[in-house]
Order: sequence, then C-alpha cells, then structure tokens
Amino acid sequence: MTIKGKAYIAGVFEHPTRKADETSLAQLHAEVAHGALQDAGLTKADVDGYFCSGDAPGLGGLSMADYMGLKVRHIDTTETGGSSYVVHVGHAAEAIAAGKCNVALITLAGRPRAEGMATGTAPRNYGAAAPDVAFEFPFGPTVVNQYAMAAMRHMHQYGTTSAQLAWIKVAASQHAQHNPHALLRDVVTVDEVVSSPMVADPLHRLDCCVITDGGGAIVVARPEIARALKRPRVRVLGAGEAVKHQAGGKIDLTYTAAVWSGPAAFAEAGVRPADVKYVSIYDSFTITVLITLEDLGFCDKGQGGKFVSDGNLISGVGRLPFNTDGGGLCNNHPANRGGLTKVVEAVRQLRGEAHPAVQVKSCDVALAHGTGGSLATRHGSATLIMERES
Amino acid sequence: MSPAQRTIPAPPVNLETKPFWDAAADGKLLVKRCEACGERHYYPRAICPFCGSDRTAWLEASGRGTIYSYSVFRRVPVPYAIAYVTLEEGPTVMTNIVDGDLDAIRIGQRVRVRFMPTDGGPPVPMFAPA
Repeated sequence: MTIKGKAYIAGVFEHPTRKADETSLAQLHAEVAHGALQDAGLTKADVDGYFCSGDAPGLGGLSMADYMGLKVRHIDTTETGGSSYVVHVGHAAEAIAAGKCNVALITLAGRPRAEGMATGTAPRNYGAAAPDVAFEFPFGPTVVNQYAMAAMRHMHQYGTTSAQLAWIKVAASQHAQHNPHALLRDVVTVDEVVSSPMVADPLHRLDCCVITDGGGAIVVARPEIARALKRPRVRVLGAGEAVKHQAGGKIDLTYTAAVWSGPAAFAEAGVRPADVKYVSIYDSFTITVLITLEDLGFCDKGQGGKFVSDGNLISGVGRLPFNTDGGGLCNNHPANRGGLTKVVEAVRQLRGEAHPAVQVKSCDVALAHGTGGSLATRHGSATLIMERES
Repeated sequence: MSPAQRTIPAPPVNLETKPFWDAAADGKLLVKRCEACGERHYYPRAICPFCGSDRTAWLEASGRGTIYSYSVFRRVPVPYAIAYVTLEEGPTVMTNIVDGDLDAIRIGQRVRVRFMPTDGGPPVPMFAPA
C-alpha cells in the first residue's frame, strides 16, 4: 500500500506566541487545534483522528481528547522527539488510506520559556529505567554537547568549518527578518555567528536554535474532503521514518536515520532531490541541517559545508531555499520540538502563502524533515514530501 | 582542573548491570561479549543487541582506547569534556575526558580508563590521556 495521493494537508496553524506566561499547556493545544481547523474550513466535529506526542499533558492523548471534546475513532501518540509530528503526518495519511479516519488532527504545544526550563544545557535524563541512563547520564550529556560531538567528528572527517555551519544561521536570519512573529529578526553575518560565545565546542551560541513557547497544528484530510474545501490543495506524496541508535557501540556520528527515511519518502513520492523546490529541515542546531542535507541526497556525504555556503539556502539567492520562516534558529522552536513548524512552512510555500520576500517561485514540490532525540546516536528521522495540486 | 569540582551523579544500578558496577568499584572496565555471535557491545545488556541471544558474558577490557569525538561544554561553572572513546575491544563508549588540559583534547588521542567517584554510587569509567 502507498499513501501517495491518498491524503491532503487541509489546514495548518502556528501559534503566534513565543512566551505563554498566561496560557496553560492544554489551552495552547486547543488554540492551535482551533487555528488549523479554521484554516482548513473544518470544525472540531469533523475530526475523527487525533495525534500528539508523549509530551502532551495527560495519558497518551486521552486528556487532550477530553479537554478539547474530540470524538475520535483513531489515535496515535508516536513519540520520536521533535520529529514526532512529521511521523504523525505520514501515519495520518496511512490511517486515512486504510479507512481508519477521515480528518486527522495533529497538535503540539509547550511552555519551556514560561516554565524556565534549561532546555539544551541541562543533562537529559529519561529516568532510571531507561537502559542507557547509567552509562550516559553521569557524563553530563546535554542536547547541545551531544549534537556538538557530531559536529566535531564531521569537521575532523570532512574538513567542515565553523564558517560553513554559520552560513546556515545566516540564511535563517535572512528569512526571519520578514517574519513579524520570529523571536530573532536581526540579520546576522558569518563573523557574528563564529564570534558568538562558545557553548559546546564547536557549536557557538548562534549555532543553536531558540527556545520558545507556543505550538502548532496540522489537519490531514481524505481527498474527497480536501477537494471540497476552499484552500489551495497540498497533497501528501510520500513519507519515510527510521530510527538510528548506538548500534551496541558501533557508533558513527557522521550520518542520521535520514539516510533511510529520505530514500523511502522519495521512492514513495516518485520524485528525486532535484525535483524539490523548497525544504524545511529541522534546525535544532546548524549541524543538524548540514548532516540532514547530505543524508537526504541534496549533496554528497562530506560536501554539506560547501553546499550550504555562500547563501545557497537563501530564498531568491541559492539553489535550495530552506526554512523561510526563520526556522528554529530564528523564528520558533515550540516545546523544543521543531518538526511541526517545519511542515507548516512547507505548506505555506506550496500554497504560495509564504512571505512575498521569501516565497519560492513555482513551488510545486516541498520536503519537510524532522530529527528527534540525539543527533546521529539515538534518534528518529522523518521525511515528508508534498506537492501542490493545481 | 580537577574533575572533583563537578559532582558526578550516581548511576542507577539494577540486577542486569550490577556485575559491571561491582567491577568498576574494583577498578575494572567490563564490556559484554556474545557467545552466540561473537560481537562485543556496550552499554552492557543481558540480551545481545546484534543477534538477540541471551548468551552474553562479561569481558574485562584493557581500559585503553582512542577518542572518537568530544565536546568541551563551556556554559557551566566547571567546564567538562564529554566524549566517545573507542575501546581496544571494539565498542565506542560515552564518557568524560579528565586529568588534562581541556583545550588539548583531540580526536584520535590515546586515552586510558580512570574510574571517578560519584555522588553516593559506584565509580564511573572516565578516561585520561594515556
């Protein structure tokens, strides 16, 4: 079975807030759900499938269905960190194709800023029963120093430089200046990135994404329903997901599970990297983008540094415009999970609804990709390819 | 810089991993070897992650290895170096590099295990320049 053409992205919404001091977590989920349904021209009563990840409050989506008053016959709370929501779109398309639901709602929300979380710099601990914790937690693995080790190895093996990584942030900042909701709207230079304070060698402060509150939602619908709506039609062409881990100690930090999720999505979609006009790549850190672009086949392994340099990711300038909302590096990283907003901006591009300054001309095929967990070690990758139906 | 300035959290110990931590208290580094497929793995498990066999046995490692990658974490009161070290026996392990100049750490550098005390638990295997 394939999902190609069997489901459409009917609605998307990105919460405008970046600090939700006075909004509860459940309320944020309901607000983004309402926004995406309104965008689609559907109502809560149309929803019969619900998707969220493990960080939604309550048990496995039950509290959210309860709070929002959803009547669902399909539920999926797949948890792969920040890539969960890209996985959810693929799973929603599968469920729709299999007749398990007609309209799937996916929500993400979080308040890491309001709650004062030390998001990237506090050692991660998933509890004493996690089999890895005794052999990792004592050594102080944080989000940033684990991603930094992948960057350090990439530099060692392929000669990648900090200046090359900086171009990724520069491109994001060029886009973010046009986004009134972006947390960081100032355009930065390569020099400013590489001279920003070192957080974890070789990642500087400006190699790291922002921390924001908020969230987003996606509505995936059966073709007959999507075609009856008034919005531009965005068709799901293919999806791939994969997990990579430490392989019992055969660790290789130079690639991610995108080497598997990407080809699966491209094969299902029937397109090649050269056909893709716009990419949303989860940019938790600059290195995440560089390795992902290599793994997805936009350039050869080890050539990512060269590929992202000189504005190649800037809309209207380079060959492969990316994260035209400013991405996680500048715009928004709600709940420390970037997958959902990646789909949202890709849909804007396919609809022709991105900011005019960053809208990609004739954007008919777009890709969104998420990486959740620890880059190149224990993580889940998800690739989604969509097209505009004229 | 003395690593003692940083409090090392105690590793949670369970029945599956207790022999590893008992050996650590004696200054010995263990990995697991599968008697069915011959692969060595780390972190240690009762069930081989390569072939699924439960015929896994403890193997004492030499304690020597090379740095596969590392990162010095600067945004804390006591900067420290996290690393992956590839053991002579094969597996690559997460650890800290201690007892040396943090700015002199290099990929490919030869290192040797040094057990460091934790906050109320068994010592954990860190590595120092060989």
